[in-house]
Amino acid sequence: MSAPVTTSRAEDAATAGERRRRRRPGRQKGIAGNALWFWIFVGPFVLGLLVFSYLPIIWSLVLSFFEAYNTATPSKFVGLQNYIDMLKDHNFLSSLGTFTIFAVFIVPLTFILSLALALLVNQVKIARAFFRSVFFLPTACSYVVASLIWRLSIFNGVRFGLANTILGWFGIDNIAWLSTVSPPWYWLPIVTVRLWLQLGFYMILFIAGLQRISPTLYEAAYVDGAKPGWQVFRYITLPQLRATSIAVLILNLIAAYQAFDEFYNLIGNVNYARPPLVYLYGISLGSIQDLGHGSAGALILAVIIMIVTLLQARIFGFGKAGD
Amino acid sequence: MAVSERTTGTPQPIGFSQTAFGRVGMVLRWIALFIAVVLFLLPFYLILRNALSTEADITAPSWTLFPSHLQWGNIKELFDDTQVPMARALYNSAVVGILGTAGQLLLASMAGYGLARIPYRHADKIFYAIVATLMIPGAVTFIPSFIVVSSLGWVSSLRGLIIPTLFSGFAAFLFRQYFLGFPRELEEAARVDGAGYFGVFWRIVVPNSLPFFAALAAITFIGNWNSFLWPLVIGQDSSSWTIQVAMSTFITAQTINIHELFMAVAVSILPLVLIFAFLQRYLIQGVTQSGIKD
Repeated sequence: MSAPVTTSRAEDAATAGERRRRRRPGRQKGIAGNALWFWIFVGPFVLGLLVFSYLPIIWSLVLSFFEAYNTATPSKFVGLQNYIDMLKDHNFLSSLGTFTIFAVFIVPLTFILSLALALLVNQVKIARAFFRSVFFLPTACSYVVASLIWRLSIFNGVRFGLANTILGWFGIDNIAWLSTVSPPWYWLPIVTVRLWLQLGFYMILFIAGLQRISPTLYEAAYVDGAKPGWQVFRYITLPQLRATSIAVLILNLIAAYQAFDEFYNLIGNVNYARPPLVYLYGISLGSIQDLGHGSAGALILAVIIMIVTLLQARIFGFGKAGD
Repeated sequence: MAVSERTTGTPQPIGFSQTAFGRVGMVLRWIALFIAVVLFLLPFYLILRNALSTEADITAPSWTLFPSHLQWGNIKELFDDTQVPMARALYNSAVVGILGTAGQLLLASMAGYGLARIPYRHADKIFYAIVATLMIPGAVTFIPSFIVVSSLGWVSSLRGLIIPTLFSGFAAFLFRQYFLGFPRELEEAARVDGAGYFGVFWRIVVPNSLPFFAALAAITFIGNWNSFLWPLVIGQDSSSWTIQVAMSTFITAQTINIHELFMAVAVSILPLVLIFAFLQRYLIQGVTQSGIKD
């Protein structure tokens, strides 16, 4: 969901399209015929978008102002009360806190490690396709699959889990990885499972970025006496990867806000590690279907994500880089 | 867009491996690469090992590297287990994956073509209305979408699993951008021969855009097959579970058979591993073209 990229590119394309259209006036059979064909092509899609994108958002906005337990057609208007409740709700606030800790781990780690993998793969002269495939392969696995492996085989709290087996070789006692709150060991499986699943994806984006860098830049740097390694990386590679880097950071953060699958499958709906979506799922689709508070919470979350995305885009000056 | 396939002209710090530092760096890089490969393949090893072991092998106090007797019977045990509707879940996932992908591409490609090529007064407004949906984070809409789907009476049905996911503003956007760059000369030639928009689209544009369709189809199918939150919300009855929901329910069951569960994992990733083996080129193009698919 690269929203900021899309709008700037969209505008370019739209004006280009307009120019082309203006150049050939009246070429088509007639305005009415074109309108009909336009709606034959675009109509079904727009209709679906109205029903399954716009209608839910509007309905949800309406519900957020009502008391709506177990009903989608409520009658008791409560004004902003649902929003006030959610902003005072300790569990909702702590879910935002959980997300923040998660993002602090996952965003920089994903950025650094996927860039490192891209650099490694890109510099290999033999079997490059093999290495790229190996790192990309986890993308074939779902969060459910990866969570199963992590929960039952690697970070199983009992003796036969792989992590505890390895610790056992050094005489260290078993650790209940997913249920130990102090120290908070559960972050280790949660962060590593997402790293395994998504590093290859971002690596592919970085490799594409690296291959767009002109070799003449490296030659020029060499002639100018830049030391291979850190200096070349710092002053040539990294600045050239600016557009890709921004895209990776933004995509990663948006995805982290919407983390659900691995938390749900690794730990479940427990208060010590519950990101916003797991909490909202629990209150709106759990035993009591509180759709009013659920809708209010979802809209608060959507607004936070949009603000953060726009702020990030502003800070990094998106659009100037142009990709 | 076969950027990632390019082998020449890749940035190589010149003279890197000729110095002593370069040689040490080279060795360190290979060690890092080797460790990364082991870590990335480790979970796949665990899937195979556990899927083909007996429960006793897995829970034994000392680690067995690989079961001495491969338990192929675990496949039969998995499909015979009446507590988990494995065959039904695979069928549901296949239907969701195939129909969901085909439907999404059909709708988005036609919309994209209409927006790119058919002159219409309000085309730009409609285009912006489509792009605006990209600003809404996908996952936070699951509660409102559930409300709409449940009032249509589609909960626990394949319709409810598939239809709401068909209208991807992002796919329509990508198709529009792609068709704007499609060579007009090809279309003009067909128009001169008397073809209308419909004929041009189906007989000229689509057949000449198959790599682009394949790239989007590969990532869309994987996304559909692996998606979890929406099928979990909709699949309130075990007859409508997808494979992901079935496996997730399996973990929280009273008695966990680890070997059976890992066989389920192995079966569930098989179609995707095949896609990776045979369509990886399209997949990588899809990733670099689209940036993300959620």
